[in-house]
Amino acid sequence: MRIKAEDVEKLALMSRLELTEEEKAAYTESLNASLDYMHSLTKLVTDTVEPAVHVLPMVNVFREDRVEIGLDHKQALANAPEAEAGSFKVPRIV
Amino acid sequence: MSYQDKYEMVCGVETHVELATKTKIFCACTTEFGGEQNTHVCPVCLGLPGALPVLNREVVNLAIKAGLALNCEIAEFTKFDRKNYFYPDLSKNYQTSQYDLPICKNGRLEIEINGESKSIGITRAHMEEDAGKLVHSGESITTSDSSYVDYNRAGVPLLEIVSEPDMRTVDEVIAYLQELVQILDYAGVSDCKMEQGSVRFDVNVSLRPLGSRELGTRTEIKNLNSFAAVRRCLEYETERQAKVLNKGEKVIQETRTWDDSQGVTLSLRTKEEAHDYRYFPEADLVPLKIDPEWVERIRATLPELPAAKRERLKELGLSGYEAGVLTSSKAMADYFDRVMQNYADAKVVANWIMGDLSALLKANNRSFEDCPIKPYQLADMLKLIKKGDISGKIAKTVLEEIYTGGKDPAVIVKEKGLVQIRDQDALEKIIAEVLAQNPKSVADYQGGKEKAFGFLVGQVMKATQGKANPELVNKILKEKLQIAY
Ligand SMILES: [Zn+2]
Repeated sequence: MRIKAEDVEKLALMSRLELTEEEKAAYTESLNASLDYMHSLTKLVTDTVEPAVHVLPMVNVFREDRVEIGLDHKQALANAPEAEAGSFKVPRIV
Repeated sequence: MSYQDKYEMVCGVETHVELATKTKIFCACTTEFGGEQNTHVCPVCLGLPGALPVLNREVVNLAIKAGLALNCEIAEFTKFDRKNYFYPDLSKNYQTSQYDLPICKNGRLEIEINGESKSIGITRAHMEEDAGKLVHSGESITTSDSSYVDYNRAGVPLLEIVSEPDMRTVDEVIAYLQELVQILDYAGVSDCKMEQGSVRFDVNVSLRPLGSRELGTRTEIKNLNSFAAVRRCLEYETERQAKVLNKGEKVIQETRTWDDSQGVTLSLRTKEEAHDYRYFPEADLVPLKIDPEWVERIRATLPELPAAKRERLKELGLSGYEAGVLTSSKAMADYFDRVMQNYADAKVVANWIMGDLSALLKANNRSFEDCPIKPYQLADMLKLIKKGDISGKIAKTVLEEIYTGGKDPAVIVKEKGLVQIRDQDALEKIIAEVLAQNPKSVADYQGGKEKAFGFLVGQVMKATQGKANPELVNKILKEKLQIAY
């Protein structure tokens, strides 16, 4: 599979990135290089290997259902680009 | 003309239900409803860089419980995935959900339609996190220059229950939803407070010509939060699709929104790409292995579910209708059972609960959840009726007294002097007086006017403030009236 310019355009849209024509060309090239590199994995025989869903050999890590105090109001909104009336303020959505 | 003359509806529903945990699914913030904006938040549910989620064990317990209540298979191995999309109510720009290995699948529930039973398939149920809440600066999202985000709800655990497209009429859809919510309520997996948005529905609906087996193009209407909204929305959307098809046009597959004030569905189409959620495994959470012992431990905690309860009530001699009303909420059904522990006459108990007690609660805007009359108090009152201490009519007064004052029925009857007069001598004396005061009615009765008898009974009851034993009054009156006056 080869990455084409349209694929990069779609990826940029999905990631909310604005790319120039030069950047699109550069990303097309570098993404293909990454894919080629990953492609070497297909040479391995994996018929007897269980598909992995996680890199760590761990299961069942839980918290108990106990309430703890989180951030206060001021801390919660500290990084908000805009805040008003105790809420995060965001520009027009649609 | 209705759509049903030419088309058959095909409908499936996705139900989002908030699970009844104290804390959020991946952090220790409280799930409490209300609260000042952005005060039930932490780095995890705000999606701050570097914060790590840890799964709440109770979420898994409740998901298993819901799955068992819905006759699902519980997965031995399950995991979380990221569902990627941009929307301001989503703090991380992805929702942690489950994709290809949901915790529950292949379930079903039974509904009853016109006395016939029908099975509705449950495709799957999976765990996920709720999003935050948006408040728009203007009238609606499309007319607002800005919106405000409150993340208190972000991370509240949800179970998304996906049905098969098995429903063919609006009534079937409503019956399915009612049964589903009832089961979740009984199982105790959610508080099912519809008015607080604890349960929300997305409906998928399409039409096909009568007799056709192929599926038509469907639309999805998201975020309906009451049975009434689902009904009105489906009634509108089926007619809308029928009009499109009748004109020879095609229904467009799309997501629509229900505008409750206008009573219409509106297209939510945007120029942008269709759904491309690019699901991938959530690397911040390790997978789950659920062994059979865990499932059995949860199964042992499952209470009696609505269908079983209805059957049991019918076996006690109640009608299908009575069993249906009594089990319509878990609180009412539990109340019935508790009264029955002290007064085991199902018909009598059902009559009082469905009749006078329900009316009393309704008049005071309360429910069986916070009924001021304790089940043992109702049972004690029924015992007083059975013993003949009070009449059914006086009992209504007693019931109101227990409701307002909280005292036990025996105390009320004694304090208010409501004990029924069953003393033959005392009643004979009162009746003699009533007859002496109403010579015309006596003459009327003896002259063949049956009606006069009822009047005389009424006078006796009036003279005793309703406390006379009715059978005794009838008997003495008849005897006395036969003696020529
Ligand atoms: Zn949190």
